[in-house]
Amino acid sequence: MLAIDSTRKISFNRSISNGDLVIVYERHDNMKAVTVSEGSVLQNRFGVFKHSDWIGKSFGSKVFSNKGGFVYLLAPTPELWTLVLSHRTQILYIADISFVVMYLEIVTGCVVLESGTGSGSLTTSLARAVAPTGHIYTFDFHEQRAGSARDDFERTGLSSFVSVGVRDIQGEGFPQEFAGLADAVFLDLPQPWLAIPSAAKMLKHDGILCSFSPCIEQVQRSCETVQSNFSDIRTFEVLLRTYEVREEKMESSQVNGNGSNGSLPCKRRQCSGGAGVLTYPTSSVMARPCGEARGHTGYLTFARLK
Amino acid sequence: MCSENKEASSRITWEGCSVLLDINDGDRLVFARLSPAAKLKIGNKNCSLKPLIGCPFGTVFQLDSSSDGPFLSPLQPKGNVNNTEEIKDGQLNGEVRDNRSLIDNNTAQSLTGEDIEDMRRQGAKGDEIIEALIANSATFEKKTSFSQEKYRLKKQKKYAPKVLMRRPVARSICEAYFKKYPLKIGFLRVDTLSLLLSMANVSSNSDILVVDMVGGLVTGAVAERLGGTGYVCNTYLGQAPYSMDIVRIFNLSDEICKRILRCSMSDLLSQKESQQQNLLNDESQSNDQMNVLGGIEEISHSSENAISDLGAENTTLPALRACKAAKAGEKASPEVVDSWKENGFSSLIIAAPDVDTWTLVKDLLPLLSNSAPFAIYHQYLQPLATCMHNLQLGKMAIGLQISEPWLREYQVLPSRTHPCMQMSAFGGYILSGTKICSS
Ligand SMILES: C[S@@+](CC[C@H](N)C(=O)[O-])C[C@H]1O[C@@H](n2cnc3c(N)ncnc32)[C@H](O)[C@@H]1O
Repeated sequence: MLAIDSTRKISFNRSISNGDLVIVYERHDNMKAVTVSEGSVLQNRFGVFKHSDWIGKSFGSKVFSNKGGFVYLLAPTPELWTLVLSHRTQILYIADISFVVMYLEIVTGCVVLESGTGSGSLTTSLARAVAPTGHIYTFDFHEQRAGSARDDFERTGLSSFVSVGVRDIQGEGFPQEFAGLADAVFLDLPQPWLAIPSAAKMLKHDGILCSFSPCIEQVQRSCETVQSNFSDIRTFEVLLRTYEVREEKMESSQVNGNGSNGSLPCKRRQCSGGAGVLTYPTSSVMARPCGEARGHTGYLTFARLK
Repeated sequence: MCSENKEASSRITWEGCSVLLDINDGDRLVFARLSPAAKLKIGNKNCSLKPLIGCPFGTVFQLDSSSDGPFLSPLQPKGNVNNTEEIKDGQLNGEVRDNRSLIDNNTAQSLTGEDIEDMRRQGAKGDEIIEALIANSATFEKKTSFSQEKYRLKKQKKYAPKVLMRRPVARSICEAYFKKYPLKIGFLRVDTLSLLLSMANVSSNSDILVVDMVGGLVTGAVAERLGGTGYVCNTYLGQAPYSMDIVRIFNLSDEICKRILRCSMSDLLSQKESQQQNLLNDESQSNDQMNVLGGIEEISHSSENAISDLGAENTTLPALRACKAAKAGEKASPEVVDSWKENGFSSLIIAAPDVDTWTLVKDLLPLLSNSAPFAIYHQYLQPLATCMHNLQLGKMAIGLQISEPWLREYQVLPSRTHPCMQMSAFGGYILSGTKICSS
């Protein structure tokens, strides 16, 4: 997913090879991660797609099925990955993820601790931000989940920037070996306040903690716990509203005062209801918010170690 | 900028380092470059920034006075924890006082301005003056603990101003401008900026094409993420590059600065550079460069100009004093430009309030490699809607989406948690998508 080796970055000339991870795009709300394997096929409602047809094509290509249906093959990014990963838990989405990375001031070279790993949605973006010289240490107490996350990071090519540990962070805290080394700590745990004292030990001076919680009662308790060692405590909610864009035809009218209407822009004008009012169709591109949206994800509480 | 490598991520300041000074909890936000000669005016007092050199970011300084005049000294972290405890107790114990018997007139305080100046001359610390003001206030005892706290804070701001020293990074720089001088950054809010960086997949070793008419904020934020790998290509229409003042506020290492290059759109759009054309361009270009550098030098003569106060009367931001030469934003060499043309850019970010979105995108999109994501910011919806529609018609991109970020802050206090009374109602719009192969 990341161009660790600058010769492997996506370019006009880089084509899909056997073993590459591609994002198969049907529609913006229908995508799938596929690892290209010479003898395999992808089957969906558009027909059968042979992987062998994909090899040698450029990322971003349109490819066809036996029935003439088509999909696009995209290079994976953390944003696309968040949309296609298998949900083993609730996950964070782009608005929260982007804000967390920016607000935790995570850049190349940072060391970041995270718990729980969950489905690794956030971890993927954290890894992008710290690469190539930083590292993410992420912990989940659910052994199988940690294992699946590890497999995913292998698949997305991030494993050299991410280590997944199995550990009860609420019970035991983060491993002592990281004390004073973390630039940032991120918590997405049911009782984050239990892990906050440990998080404080892990952070460098002026390092930042973020805790994500869906419920305000959790936020309340976290904020109380955070008081003693942290300053600059702030809680946010971030959402995205998306828009639909359409070209719509509409009737326009124009009052025709003196009866001469030679300069109207549309030929199909017609008289309606006498009285010199003309109507004619025009079209314009218009946008409106989509009717459905995510109304709540969680609260993000940030605090800076004193 | 123009500092040694370690410094970009350093948590301790050094001479020549750029800092964000937050005076009295955001009342004033000042970008400054630390030097033994740099001075900052707080209230009517001029104090040296020298004591800030070598201190950790996050340190709070208090203005004290001595026989040598006012000076800034680091404050040991303490105190405010207890204050919140007190407020909490007031709440929990059921506040009995209210403000029914308070009469506001100017007789409540028996200390005069002269008394206070006397105290100062005798070397009283700000805190001592505040205690004296409280002791001499006829009404303080009658106030609720909440308004007592407010009173204390008001007096503290006046008599014992606090200066918090922050790291100038994308987050703090964007927030500071958004709060004090949003026009300069095209009203780009921090959550919107964060989305632009994600949606354009800014990651190490990428070559990111940027149209930045928001003072260099986007360019700096991208360079910060690239961390000295890949390139930011800051492109512009016409002859004159857009201002990149804000880039100088980041503490970008030399290595990172070198990765910020400029290239005019016409150079990017021309066929691969022929030798001759190059020579011509080089000449006109280097003149531009000279002018830019000249501007910086000029400003740097007075140390006063190492400081820029956001939102103060003077609305033009004086460039921070460059310590050596300005390295960020050199003209891209023909070799680099050719490699971009050959491989394509990894992604595109546009924040150009004054240029028609669709015309820009139509020209720039072909410069992106296939499957490259892009993110376009605008304060208005319509230019993005039109652009999205045209991209759809031209089958140039997929995954097209216009999003409007929404950000709400909360006050979280025992029994008093609610959304903040003030919020930014608008953070702009983003059009994002992925370029596909033209068929
Ligand atoms: C909601 S998920 C995290 C999702 C993640 N942020 C993402 O974006 O994919 C929460 C995770 O915390 C883990 N967890 C819960 N309690 C834990 C504990 N005490 N120690 C470590 N992990 C824990 C759960 O197993 C679960 O996988």
